[in-house]
Amino acid sequence: MNVNVEKSDGLSRLQIEGEMTVFYAAALKKDLLDNLADCSNLDIDLSQVSEMDTAGFQLLFLIKREAGLSDKSMRITAHSPATLSVLKLYGMDEEVL
Amino acid sequence: MALDPVIQTFITESTELLQEMENALLELENSPDDKDIINALFRTAHTIKGSAGVVGVEHVERFTHAVENILENVRQGKIKITNDLIELLLNCHDHIAKLVEMATSDEPLSEDFKSTEDDLQKQLHVYLDAVSDRRIKTQTKEPVAREPEFDSELNTSSGKTVKNKNWHISLRFGRDVMRNGMDPVSFINYLSRMGEIISLTTLTDTIPSAEEMDPESCYLGFEIDFKSDFDKQTIEDVFEFVREDCKICILPPRSRIERYVHLINNLPESPLHLGDILIKGGALTPSELDEALQMQDVETVSFDDGQTEEHTRKIGEIFVDEGMVHPPVVDAALEKQKEQKEASSRESKTIRVDTVKLDQLVNLVGELVIANANINQNAQRIHDGGLDESTSALTRLVEDIRERAMQVRMVPVGNIFNRFQRVVRDISRSSNKDIELIVSGGETELDRNLVEKINDPLMHLVRNAADHGIEYPEERITKGKPRKGVIRLNAFNDTGSIAIEVSDDGGGVDHNKITNKALDRGMVRPGQVLSEKEMYNLMFEPGFSTAEKITNVSGRGVGMDVVKRNIEALRGTVDVESHEDSGTTVSIRLPLTLAIIDGFMVGVGASFYIIPLDMVIECVDLAEADRRVTDKRNYFNLRGEVLPYVRLRTLFRENGGKTDYESIVVVQATGRRIGLVVDELHGEVQAVIKSLGGIFKHVEKVSSATIRGDGTVALILDIPKIVESMGGVEIKV
Repeated sequence: MNVNVEKSDGLSRLQIEGEMTVFYAAALKKDLLDNLADCSNLDIDLSQVSEMDTAGFQLLFLIKREAGLSDKSMRITAHSPATLSVLKLYGMDEEVL
Repeated sequence: MALDPVIQTFITESTELLQEMENALLELENSPDDKDIINALFRTAHTIKGSAGVVGVEHVERFTHAVENILENVRQGKIKITNDLIELLLNCHDHIAKLVEMATSDEPLSEDFKSTEDDLQKQLHVYLDAVSDRRIKTQTKEPVAREPEFDSELNTSSGKTVKNKNWHISLRFGRDVMRNGMDPVSFINYLSRMGEIISLTTLTDTIPSAEEMDPESCYLGFEIDFKSDFDKQTIEDVFEFVREDCKICILPPRSRIERYVHLINNLPESPLHLGDILIKGGALTPSELDEALQMQDVETVSFDDGQTEEHTRKIGEIFVDEGMVHPPVVDAALEKQKEQKEASSRESKTIRVDTVKLDQLVNLVGELVIANANINQNAQRIHDGGLDESTSALTRLVEDIRERAMQVRMVPVGNIFNRFQRVVRDISRSSNKDIELIVSGGETELDRNLVEKINDPLMHLVRNAADHGIEYPEERITKGKPRKGVIRLNAFNDTGSIAIEVSDDGGGVDHNKITNKALDRGMVRPGQVLSEKEMYNLMFEPGFSTAEKITNVSGRGVGMDVVKRNIEALRGTVDVESHEDSGTTVSIRLPLTLAIIDGFMVGVGASFYIIPLDMVIECVDLAEADRRVTDKRNYFNLRGEVLPYVRLRTLFRENGGKTDYESIVVVQATGRRIGLVVDELHGEVQAVIKSLGGIFKHVEKVSSATIRGDGTVALILDIPKIVESMGGVEIKV
């Protein structure tokens, strides 16, 4: 897993590459929370995610919730088939999108 | 990527289940109406399919599903067991085995493979279509018969059931699910393949705040409304792998409102929140929910108070108290739970251990034995009473540990015997023979490492016996033998070794033919008289009898040299006995273990030798009268019996330290007895076997070596070899 960050004027664009799975969950959690703390608007691009499991899903949900709690905006700008299928299965595609 | 441990477990378990499946199929062939076997068979297919679905090995799941369908119909008596069906199922079994094997590789299935699969699928469908044809005719009866089954546990008296026609499943995954290598996604995916998920709500309420949230824990819960024709057991089985990690509640269609009351009470979320979910998913109508919430006060059982089992019992009692259910119904349900609990506790009594770990343990125990011998030697030198006592206590413990460590590696040899049933069956089918394999002594235990290594030689012998040994039925009848040929596979313990016999009542070998062939090949000189044993040994010569297959006799011995080589590499021996028309018996003798033996140490000159203790019969003094004539003859009188002997001094050309006093150790191997003349008797020792390096490969009469406590080497004698070279005295048993 790899997270690319692009920052401009309080907007951070994250692009996550590779597996969003339990194996990388600890690192991913840190990356997501750190970047959220750093900006006021967070865009996340998931188009390069090859695999996502429940751990990955929980983190997406967590970051969305955290953003809401701290009045920041967080958007997922693009999905990959892997992320979309999990969100659809969990009936959360509208909630997290 | 490294092999996923879950996939690994899947493969191990499936392999075991496949073996069970094969055994069940073969048993079924003999008793096609045995319900227990049919159920066992169904269970194997069902479990393989289930676990394949959970770990996501789709091609296994898909194919096994078709097999399971057939078996389900067999179980319901809709399809009759015939020999053709068993044949087909055996082929399916083989196919599944291959699919499971390939579960680790990402390569796409080969074309050839696919066509086999299509072919099998087609054949399976012939059976299924036959059933569905019949079903159409009886369709009117079918749904009526199935209806009560949905809620059979609750024999409704008041008829207050909800209108919902779908299953309602509540799942609360445990924190450790993902850490145990499982992903809720795969369970729900699998569930979705068994029916239609009408609605699914993911509960995220329990995800803690960002700081406290452990990214590897699972916090999710699900409320699912699910449409499916499967029964409750089958749906429960979807979650078999997480049963212990997950709180699961499955409500059948048209459940009583009370059950939803329980559900709402027993889940951690607030009743109103749950109520909304239930209404949204269509599990309850708003008025049903109102009713449920009113009844809710009656119930006090909370979700947290312990195990599901206890929990359900309470619910059961409440139902009975309130006169909702007849006691027998609840009793039956509780009994079933108890059985399941017992079964799972049995499972937990055994653990899987990597054999590498076991080998390491045994190696360490070996070192311990050597170190202990060292302590003993030093203690003997020091002559201190207290120390002697401690060392003898230590020695006893080390011996116990050694024995236990070796026992851990022992497995019953019967595990591999059962594999041969299939081989014999297939050969007898393909060659139109009638052969039965009778297995006995399967409980005899053998070191695990050995068991694996004798599989191939045994397979070869059994195949040989079936292929070339047993005659065709017509031939047997003309010979006055029963039509059915018998191959026996027998194992038993025999003086420190284990013996495995493969015998058949087939054609046997014609002694003249062997001799002639040996003459042709220049292996023996014309006029040379061969003993029976020498003649059989010819059969183990490389290349012997691979030539002209004029008669069924000439086929024997193909690859027998390989068998012999393999067995000898395990420090074992092979013997054949065969008589024309009455059959052949091949006996294999193997040492019990390859690691540590109890030995008897003797000294000759300055050297030490070890004789495996279980081959030692007794020790006697070599009388002065006999000593004087040892140069002239090599036998002596042991209580009236003539016993040949050999001097180890001569055998190993020891020169040092002549003594005036010699002893004879009487040893027995492969049913023969001889004496070994030695200088000194040192008594029993535990010898950790160290194999001799490649350069000593050609040293005969010594099987291996051991290291003594003081670091010197003692050679372990290969008694069977020595006995063989001496001729020995046949023991009448």
